[in-house]
Amino acid sequence: MVQSILGGKGRVWGYGGIIVLILLPLFLPRFYIYLTSLILLYGLFATSLNFALGYGGIYQFHHAVFYGVGAYGAALVITKTGLSPWLGFIVGPLASALLSFVMGLICIRLSKLYFGMLQISLGSLVWAVIYRWYGLTGGDDGIHGIPMPDIIATPNSAYYFTLIVTAASLFVIHRMIKSPFGSALQGVRDNAVRSEMIGVNVKRHQLAALVIAGFFAGVSGALFVVVDTTVFPDMLFWTFSMEVMIMCLLGGWFTFMGPMLGAALIVLLRTFISTFTVYWALFLGLILMFVIFFLPDGVLGFFQKKMKQKN
Amino acid sequence: MLQVKALTKTFGGFKAVKDVDLNVKKGEIVAVIGPNGAGKTTLFNLITGILKPDSGQVFFRDQDITGLPPYVICKKGMTRSFQIVNVFQRLSVFENVQISVMSREGKTWNLFTPSKKLLIEDTDRILDSVGLLGKRENISGALSHGDRKVLEIAMALGGNPEFLILDEPTAGMAPEETERCIELIKQLSDKMGLTILFCEHDMELVFSISERIMVMVRGSTIIQGSCEEVRCNEAVQDAYLGGSDVCLM
Repeated sequence: MVQSILGGKGRVWGYGGIIVLILLPLFLPRFYIYLTSLILLYGLFATSLNFALGYGGIYQFHHAVFYGVGAYGAALVITKTGLSPWLGFIVGPLASALLSFVMGLICIRLSKLYFGMLQISLGSLVWAVIYRWYGLTGGDDGIHGIPMPDIIATPNSAYYFTLIVTAASLFVIHRMIKSPFGSALQGVRDNAVRSEMIGVNVKRHQLAALVIAGFFAGVSGALFVVVDTTVFPDMLFWTFSMEVMIMCLLGGWFTFMGPMLGAALIVLLRTFISTFTVYWALFLGLILMFVIFFLPDGVLGFFQKKMKQKN
Repeated sequence: MLQVKALTKTFGGFKAVKDVDLNVKKGEIVAVIGPNGAGKTTLFNLITGILKPDSGQVFFRDQDITGLPPYVICKKGMTRSFQIVNVFQRLSVFENVQISVMSREGKTWNLFTPSKKLLIEDTDRILDSVGLLGKRENISGALSHGDRKVLEIAMALGGNPEFLILDEPTAGMAPEETERCIELIKQLSDKMGLTILFCEHDMELVFSISERIMVMVRGSTIIQGSCEEVRCNEAVQDAYLGGSDVCLM
């Protein structure tokens, strides 16, 4: 499976990478473990977007809503009810999937850009509700210091939890992409009219893809709660959706591991650049332009093409 | 097998298809011909559910299929190829046809079985029958135009149809590719017993393989009849040759 994810020499890279990730807490300081956890969960978030965007060809412009709802869902269950935090980690993603289904039902009748525009509007509505509903969500302050179960309360254990959940999620998503459903979805991406004519119910497949993408976005949101123990409205502001889309484009949106790579690059760049300047968004814009002009297939797509040419 | 009754479709004020009647019996090869813009492709889009007609009816095997969505019509045994090549560009030749076969088998909701183990023999058999087996791993977007046209037909065959609609199957093909395509269409009819409705500008092709011909001009049916009837019909000559007395072909 690792091989099919990464291609040719993937097996070596894949196993090597997993071993390094497992050993990381032994020699990296605490801050970098936190950073790696962020990369993993952002990578999962970007991969879930890419399931709809790169494989489904659906212009999911406001994916951060499902990430945020997953996080808030988990946080609210933990802080507002006496129920087990583990239940929160399940409720969060399910809430995302449900929202994804409802928003999908409304948006799916439109195609391409119009779909994206309507989604941004509806998503911003959800953001506004969370931003203003002080009584429930804490408004623009968000919720801080969310208590975690002891077993995942330290940075290292939170890191391992994130690693396991991310790996398992990626495995499931990869499995879906390689399934008949995934094949049909890629057919829909390449040519919707054609897909209808060979008997594929296009809208229904797209809706299912949206629900799956929303669910895993919710999983990554819940992981953020584990790693950071906070939630705040910016998590579902539309600019964050753009950022995660840039992760996909930068890494390579027609490759499976591209979004993960993109997430790593963006998180590292942001951390590095933020020590010099507050104008991170400016650099993000420059990165986007660079990708569009020089790496239309993304970083991983670029290297895969090079490898193919060599062979 | 297919009956079209008084089918009409208007775009803005323009009647693209008006009062068209068409009959296709089981096992026949029927051609629709007509000058550019006569409404042939629109007619096919109406029959296959891509467009909804303003009025009129389409019956397939005595069932009213007027206005049903394409994926439902496909499951009833009617599929088509497209005039402008419509394949899954980023996928391999094999995957293109496999998706079609999986769709027929109702497997596209299967989320966890790897595709690469599914329906390989069925897919390869279809690729073999159209002569694309040697190119099964090629990315379809990189195929030659002629091969993509053939892939179109292979994808349509993946649905195991009884009724096949081909929209200009040989448009843009080199002469030897055209010949191969004619052979293929004949085989589909003779060996697999498919009923075929197609439209085409290549008159040689039309008269060599079709049993009956329907002529459309400016959205309307002029005549539907045997090759002989059509060949020397005055209205047809009028439409094609501007009123000279010469028979077509």
